[in-house]
Amino acid sequence: MSEYFKDREPSDLKGRAFFAAIIVAAAFFILLARFWYLQVKDSEYYGDLSKNNRIRSIKSPAPRGMIYDKNGIKIVENRPGFDLYLVPEDVKDWAKTKEQLKTLLDIPEETINDRLEQSEDRPPFQAVKLKEDLSWEDTVKIESFKFEMPGVILEVSPKRHYIYSDAFAHLIGYLGEISDRELKEFKDAQKYAPGDLTGKYGLEKSLENDLRGVDGAKEIEVDALGRKINIASRTASYPGSDLRLTIDIHAQIAAWDAMRDKAGAVVAIEPDTGKILAFVSAPAFDPNALAGGISKDMWRELTENPLNIFTNRPIQGLYPPASTFKPIHAAAALEEKVITAKTTIYSGPSFWFAGREYRDWKEEGHGTINVHRAIVESSDTFFYQVGLKMGVDKLAQYSRGFGFGQKTGIPLQNEKSGLVPSTQWKKAVYKTRWYDGETISVSVGQGYMLTTPLQLATAYAAIANGGKLYTPQIIEEIKTPAGKVTKSFTPMQRGSLNVSETTLNAVKEALMGVVHEHGGTAQSLGAGGLNIAGKTGTAQVSKLIKRTKNVKSITYRLRDHAWFAGYAPYDNPKIAVAVIVEHGGFGASAAAPVAHQVIKAYLKQTLENAVPKTAAEAVPKTAAEPVTKDKGKNEDGKPLQPAVPAEAVLTIKKEDTND
Amino acid sequence: MIDRRLLTHFDWMLFCVTAALCVVGLAAVYSAIYVKSPAIYKKEIYWLLIGLSLMLTAVFINYSLLERFAYVIYGASILSLVAVFAIGRSASGAKRWISLGFFTIQPSEFAKLALIVVLARYFSARNMPERGMGLKDLAIPALFLLVPFLMIAKQPDLGTGIILCMIFGSMALIVKIRFRVIAGLVVAFAVAAPFAWKALKAYQKARLMSFLDPAMDIRGTGYHIMQSKIAIGSGGMFGKGFTKGTQGKLMFLPEHHTDFIFSAFAEEWGAIGSLVVISLFLGLVLGGLSASNTSKDRFGFLLSFGITAMIFWHVTINMGMVSGLLPVVGVPLPLISYGGSFLITTMIAVGLLINIRMRRFMF
Repeated sequence: MSEYFKDREPSDLKGRAFFAAIIVAAAFFILLARFWYLQVKDSEYYGDLSKNNRIRSIKSPAPRGMIYDKNGIKIVENRPGFDLYLVPEDVKDWAKTKEQLKTLLDIPEETINDRLEQSEDRPPFQAVKLKEDLSWEDTVKIESFKFEMPGVILEVSPKRHYIYSDAFAHLIGYLGEISDRELKEFKDAQKYAPGDLTGKYGLEKSLENDLRGVDGAKEIEVDALGRKINIASRTASYPGSDLRLTIDIHAQIAAWDAMRDKAGAVVAIEPDTGKILAFVSAPAFDPNALAGGISKDMWRELTENPLNIFTNRPIQGLYPPASTFKPIHAAAALEEKVITAKTTIYSGPSFWFAGREYRDWKEEGHGTINVHRAIVESSDTFFYQVGLKMGVDKLAQYSRGFGFGQKTGIPLQNEKSGLVPSTQWKKAVYKTRWYDGETISVSVGQGYMLTTPLQLATAYAAIANGGKLYTPQIIEEIKTPAGKVTKSFTPMQRGSLNVSETTLNAVKEALMGVVHEHGGTAQSLGAGGLNIAGKTGTAQVSKLIKRTKNVKSITYRLRDHAWFAGYAPYDNPKIAVAVIVEHGGFGASAAAPVAHQVIKAYLKQTLENAVPKTAAEAVPKTAAEPVTKDKGKNEDGKPLQPAVPAEAVLTIKKEDTND
Repeated sequence: MIDRRLLTHFDWMLFCVTAALCVVGLAAVYSAIYVKSPAIYKKEIYWLLIGLSLMLTAVFINYSLLERFAYVIYGASILSLVAVFAIGRSASGAKRWISLGFFTIQPSEFAKLALIVVLARYFSARNMPERGMGLKDLAIPALFLLVPFLMIAKQPDLGTGIILCMIFGSMALIVKIRFRVIAGLVVAFAVAAPFAWKALKAYQKARLMSFLDPAMDIRGTGYHIMQSKIAIGSGGMFGKGFTKGTQGKLMFLPEHHTDFIFSAFAEEWGAIGSLVVISLFLGLVLGGLSASNTSKDRFGFLLSFGITAMIFWHVTINMGMVSGLLPVVGVPLPLISYGGSFLITTMIAVGLLINIRMRRFMF
């Protein structure tokens, strides 16, 4: 063997091998230092990155509080729905993802870019909401293509469901995505993220803080392709508080059914408490369609509708009270002893003052009548003379006592205060003195005088309850989801009518006479044993038209507004109602039947004292259906003409009185 | 042929270190892919058994046989590389494998060993000038490098090509090169670099660029490096636990059972695990150097030194790459990365180290 080792021992090479050992030692030292650096010194940093890699935090929105009527029938609930989210860090191919979202769901690229821009400050890997409440069809599309679009995910979340759609539109309102401005302005804005829903209208907006719960979060573990592996942790969401309203579903639905093809408003109030029983504004919208996924075209159609769909007529519609003001006028005159109950005045077909003729609605006149008959027959010329005698300022003083000219304090947005004209007011606004001719108009609720339907309803409720003016109440109580009452509301009296019982009784008897006496303007309501008392009104929109029984022969825009305000039963009032049907023509024929239906629906169940167990039993089926094809048309099938805006009404009335 | 005396000098240290690394490798491969594809793990066990038997063969043959057949071995290796072009199998854009029915082998791995053998033979057979080799002396050995290098670079396999160069450089330097030549080569390299850059494939360029700034685009080319560093760093001191790693399992870390297996291992076993494995490799490399240092002939020295250099460069480049110190070049970690050909190559190589060390007292 030894001959194999033919060469000398490689000592020269071995000397150099020592340097090799040094290089090896140095290299391994560097490696060790590197791993120490990564795994000990910076391990926390890389630990976070590793967690971000695989953990996606998804908000689990808290269900909003439910809303019930006074008897506990559900009006608004939550149903499960799918939302579309995007985790930008997981997107591998932006061009392809955007194109697929466009083809599958018709989400334009700009929308995606906007959303990403809005959420620039989000923590890495936090999902960005792209679309709220996908349809079933869209959900299936996304599910089947999601592996081609890493980063696109679906999450279930509770969705608002307005069971009676349009019927509660203006009262309850709707939800919409929080705007940039709201995000900045909200006091507890950290509770909100871009894409969150917030109340935009009605009670959803006023009671946002109660209805909104505390959102939870869900951490899901995903793999490198963004596929969900499992749920790592969960923070439970806490649902918002439930509301029990003072609304009576029967009255509300009856009111909506009567108004659904008209423009106008209905307000019903419990006289003894000021609790709102019904609150309807027509035309309405379907709040289900507005929460999140409404298209731009649909939105434009709603906002640009000439009938001003988003005007909340019960509190924002300003109308001359017309003849419904006469009982208030009468109360003022009796209280001021301008007349007594027995005073009779000749009330002919017209009244001449300062060389001008002021006509009565009744061409043949009323003859010589007292105040009772003047209300029953709704004589204009009677009140022209009484008004002139009393003066506009006294009338204004009593009008304000009945709640006109000031906000009622209902917890809804942008309530209008109406207008009670006086000499002082005219001087301040028009810088001119008051003319007596104007007093004549105001004395029959025309001229400058403007009221909201809610104001009129509270005034009549005060007449019905013996003189107490209440702040309208909508919320009965606020409860936690567990049923614990956190806030309970009690009736709040905000004033009294300041008229004696005798005066009030005289007015009430007259209101009863309107319905139940010969010659009364609302005798049609006498049938059915509901014992209604009330007053019709016909607010002139244009003076120039020839008034005729055949209302439909007049151009819609020029037709008079029809009023009815009243209460029932007259001996023990349980419900006070104010109804306005815009351009409805005569109060007796257009508005009174609506009031009749509401009162009937409410009193019928109260009298029977039977509360149906479920909403389905309680409500006629048609009521829950949204208005579809016949929206925007009146009973003739002709398109509705635009309502005259409040300002326009004011202008027209001015011409009217100056005539 | 097996002398009883030889067994008394059997280097148990080298053997145990190798065995320990094989166990670590088996565990790491198990954790990385067992759940996904148990078949691969089974294959790894077959490779280990084949490797073990070839390693023992390598221990007990007389390594003078290698010297005698050095050119035959080298020729066979070149032929197998030619065969890759003729009948090779492609995978992810590279043609590196020959299918042998049940197994697929990668001739470029064996080419490393063949190059070491032929260089050891060439350098040991000649008396080199005292002041070091000049360019003329380097011409033939360079040719030995260039033939397999070009064929492997063509496959393409940048990692193996680089390893061949490192082996050649290490062996040539230990034999001694004239300083002037070294300086000249450095200058030549600096001049040639821009042209070499143009010759690189796009993915190779991207890897180099992303190495310079991995955070530049963590979803793009820097992805490998960033995810690898996250895996290692998130392991912390004690690791996430065996099979509890998330980076590899959830597929954030690509190639977590081959080139990047050490990141997955470090994630699960922490700094402690890294320390143990790095120490084992240090033991292996120092054991190899010790085999050279105690060898009694030039061929034995050069053979064991070449093998040690191969292992050293593999470990250094791989670990430097996964920890973000070096650019990503596909260099596997010896005995741990999944891959049969390189496992067998390494085990034969270690067998030769033990062989040389065992015969250190033979005269």
